[in-house]
Amino acid sequence: MMEEFASESDSDYTSYWRDWFISSRGNEYFCEIDEDYLTDRFNLTGLNTEVQYYQYALDLITDVFDLDCDDDMRETIEKSARHLYGLIHARYIVTTRGLAKMLDKYKKADFGKCPRVFCRSHPLLPMGQTDAPHQKPVKLYCVRCEDVYNPKSSRHAAIDGAYFGTSFHNIMFQVYPALVPSKSAERYIPRVYGFKVHAAATLIRWQNSQRADMLRRLRKLEVESGFKEDMGGDDLDEEEDEEDELGADGQGDAMHVVG
Amino acid sequence: MMSSSSGTPESWISSFCSLLGHEYFAEVSEEFIEDDFNLTGLQTQVAMYKEALEMILDVEPEEDDEDEEEDDDEEDESIEGVERMRHGERRNHSRIASDLSVIESSAEMLYGLIHQRFICSRAGIQQMSEKYELGHFGVCPRSHCEQARTLPVGLSDIPGEETVKLFCPSCLDVYVPPNSRFQTVDGAFFGRTFGALFLLTFPEYDLTKRGADVMAGARVPEDDKEMLNGMYRRNIAPSLGRARIYEPRIYGFRVSEVARSGPRMQWLRDKPNDVSELDEARRFAEENPESDDDDESMNLNGRPVRRLRQRRRNGAGGGSPMETNGAESEL
Repeated sequence: MMEEFASESDSDYTSYWRDWFISSRGNEYFCEIDEDYLTDRFNLTGLNTEVQYYQYALDLITDVFDLDCDDDMRETIEKSARHLYGLIHARYIVTTRGLAKMLDKYKKADFGKCPRVFCRSHPLLPMGQTDAPHQKPVKLYCVRCEDVYNPKSSRHAAIDGAYFGTSFHNIMFQVYPALVPSKSAERYIPRVYGFKVHAAATLIRWQNSQRADMLRRLRKLEVESGFKEDMGGDDLDEEEDEEDELGADGQGDAMHVVG
Repeated sequence: MMSSSSGTPESWISSFCSLLGHEYFAEVSEEFIEDDFNLTGLQTQVAMYKEALEMILDVEPEEDDEDEEEDDDEEDESIEGVERMRHGERRNHSRIASDLSVIESSAEMLYGLIHQRFICSRAGIQQMSEKYELGHFGVCPRSHCEQARTLPVGLSDIPGEETVKLFCPSCLDVYVPPNSRFQTVDGAFFGRTFGALFLLTFPEYDLTKRGADVMAGARVPEDDKEMLNGMYRRNIAPSLGRARIYEPRIYGFRVSEVARSGPRMQWLRDKPNDVSELDEARRFAEENPESDDDDESMNLNGRPVRRLRQRRRNGAGGGSPMETNGAESEL
């Protein structure tokens, strides 16, 4: 990744740094930070101690860099600029404008789609597991199953999670509650020749009872559960029957496989 | 890819299995295919069945034994007359190109359907376990599963319905393979049974282990062999449970369950802190002591509950796990 940056940046002195940065391979998760946001020093509070050659790095990001220096120095400043951009990015994406930009990218599924089969390719959002830099790489959050996944590409897996932070993806759905998809109890049930496997089936039954408890709690508080059919404890048996029916096809062929 | 045990390196089967996107396939042994019993019912599912089968087995139709040909023709009469005419044509002329591409795709379909059965046989599942150890099936994308090895599965046994998916034994969920080249591979070629059968067949794999340890064939340690519901306790969805559920937070504060955007799916990744809670039969017996006659107190492993308790008191590591499991006798 680093070599790519170096070779491209040498010839790109005049182009807008941010344009170049967000369109570089591997940086698809970043949105472009507004000039206005960058030039308001208040937004950058505390970052000067976090980044080496802070002022030069900021100049580079805002396209006013004019220091005459050797390549090594230039590369160091370039690296600082990328780090600084990431740290500002984490702050920017929780602002109104930043959220809107990330929302556009989310709608285009720029961050990829949930690998879980029953999430049916729901778009993901980038997230950090910590707000401190240099700790953990970026992960992807699926609001449908509410779980966290590793990026497919190693280019993305190397990005610092702090450039997105631990709050952004949750703020997104707090600000745009209409974006929260309906939840589904649809799931995978391990089977052998159509028969459920006991160990997995008991765990699934237990999980279903946990879900029923949660739905009961929400119903008592008159909070919408987000599930398409608000199934309480009574409906659980019915649900299982449906699953059984779904699993009934194709069993005839399986008979002669045991060798 | 795989070191083939018998066939020549340029056989149809090994070249099929080394195609891009076919990394999940095991090499079905010719022995398995040559046993007609294993192919029961497939004739009606595949066009140009005989030709497809010949292609898979690298049998040159021109060199066919005349007797064998006659036998097959008799069979064909009872199935389809058209098929028979094609046979006649082929005997006189060489195969035309369009025919060949039909046969080729039929052969792939037939191989897939045989494969679905093969990987549930003793030899096939053994081969798949070697591939599992070598990491041919990839890892779970879920962050909390920490690169747990996955298994290729189908969500249907009928071809043309779903592409191949990856089953993670650590979280018991299924995922879309990361590379798009697998999104053209039919899930029915792996089938619905293989994933779960694999875990029943190889209960000794330590599912809490990752990477190099799996490669080295890590087994459940002797001092942690307590069974529950037919599985080693430590192997029951090791990546699920309270500590492995994502908890949404904003500036460090947990998002409430009552919030519109609050967590609603945590049950999917949950597991009791004490997995003994999942021992439904024992719990039933404890909660209903009055119904303690032998017929009704059987647990689902088919053993009386009383004996199960005794075993537990005896401590871990006593006796073969197979005695309570019965999975081995399936194969």
